[in-house]
Amino acid sequence: MPRDTFEKQVHDLENTLLEMGTRVERTIEAGVDALKTRDRALAESLIARDAEINRTRYELEDRTYTLLATQQPLASDLREIIAILLIAIELERIADHAKNLAEIVMHMGDEPLLKPLIDIPRMADLCREMLTQSLDAFARRDAEAGRSVCARDDVLDQLYQQIFRELLTYVLADPRTVNRALSLLFAAHNLERIGDRITNIGERVIYAATGRLEELNVEHQPRFD
Amino acid sequence: MLATKPSERLSMFTRALENNPQENVTTTTNIKMRVQNLNFYYGTFRAIADVTMDIPENRITAIIGSSGCGKSTLLRTLNRMGELVAHTRTQGTVLLDGENIYDRNMDVVLVRRRVGMVFQRPNPFPKPIFDNVAYGPRLLGVRGQELEQIVEQSLRDAALWDEVKDKLHESGLALSGGQQQRLCVARAIAIKPEVILMDEPCAALDPIATYKIEELMLTLRSAYTIVIVTHNMQQAARVSDFTAFMNMNPQRAGVLVEFGPTKQIFTNPTKPETEDYITGRFG
Repeated sequence: MPRDTFEKQVHDLENTLLEMGTRVERTIEAGVDALKTRDRALAESLIARDAEINRTRYELEDRTYTLLATQQPLASDLREIIAILLIAIELERIADHAKNLAEIVMHMGDEPLLKPLIDIPRMADLCREMLTQSLDAFARRDAEAGRSVCARDDVLDQLYQQIFRELLTYVLADPRTVNRALSLLFAAHNLERIGDRITNIGERVIYAATGRLEELNVEHQPRFD
Repeated sequence: MLATKPSERLSMFTRALENNPQENVTTTTNIKMRVQNLNFYYGTFRAIADVTMDIPENRITAIIGSSGCGKSTLLRTLNRMGELVAHTRTQGTVLLDGENIYDRNMDVVLVRRRVGMVFQRPNPFPKPIFDNVAYGPRLLGVRGQELEQIVEQSLRDAALWDEVKDKLHESGLALSGGQQQRLCVARAIAIKPEVILMDEPCAALDPIATYKIEELMLTLRSAYTIVIVTHNMQQAARVSDFTAFMNMNPQRAGVLVEFGPTKQIFTNPTKPETEDYITGRFG
């Protein structure tokens, strides 16, 4: 092949992205674990890991700019490199949301959880599955798989609404629980936002695979009524 | 940048390479050639004015700039090819591993053996493929099995062996343009030069043949120092590690405007003139 070096560079870029994705997936797991166990050491290590993920994002961004400026990528090469750049940005934001879970743990101190965690770990598991699925879809340039990940975001939104309503009953029954309820609501909110970011990744998968820009899940924002 | 001390300059190169993720550079790079205050005259016309630049070892350095700015002239000063034209004069120094190639005791044949050249138009000799590559080594007295080994290795290194191994005794002129150019690369490397100068090596080739030559340059980089002149800016961007941008001064003499890591030149040049040239706003 005439452009082996260039192809290897793109391939390496993609590998760095997928490896970053695995690390980000683990931060979601660690975030919810820290919340469940109230493990402040775990929360602190998660905050440190976020800084590394940010560095990877800037490294990927830099490599992307270099390839765009020096290699004149076209057609599928162009779409792939652009998709990698945009997915890296989404991944970095997902890690920020996971870090927010750690921040909640630090903020809550020794205050007990308002209620045992049931739906929040469910949301986190779903987020991790969706993230893995979206990156697999990217690796295979499978537009259909990218689209089906986004469909699962509805479940995440439903869980979020459910958590919202449940926490509301606690606050209505005893307004003094408002702080503890808000901590959990904030945790759920971050997971809900992760779902939206994964939807964006799905859109990038479709673009890389087909060249079409599709906006997914626009009419499926969570409602609280 | 060029006013810094050599030691600082070396670390600057090293840093630039470390920061360049396109590179897998684990060792530091030395300066192979050093052009210092170089002036070149055709008769009374000064074609190159006061150029100072370093050429790092085992890297590809591209010289870009608009037509007539002295790119090829500068390239030819690197192995004293410029003086083959009548009424020319060179001032300044060009160091090869620290030795001035313009020193009066310097053997010019040896200089050209150490600093080889590939030209714009493929120019194989009207001889069989084998003899094209064997030409240089034969002049140096190599014969027999050793010669055959050198020819095979050079053709392999030039990514041409598989295409010609069954027709080594056919004329080099029977090959396609791209193959002829790779044959010229094989001929150049058969005498084991340290530096390869390439003057628009892809100007006469189609895109696929061009990519093949570019890929070849990237493979050869680990063993040779390569300097390429190209008016195809995209090519400079694709293959080179360092880029020198030349332009004409008001007296129409070629000057070096900017030299730096290719990545930096193409994403964030420091001189407005470079920016204007690479963004197509002049030139």
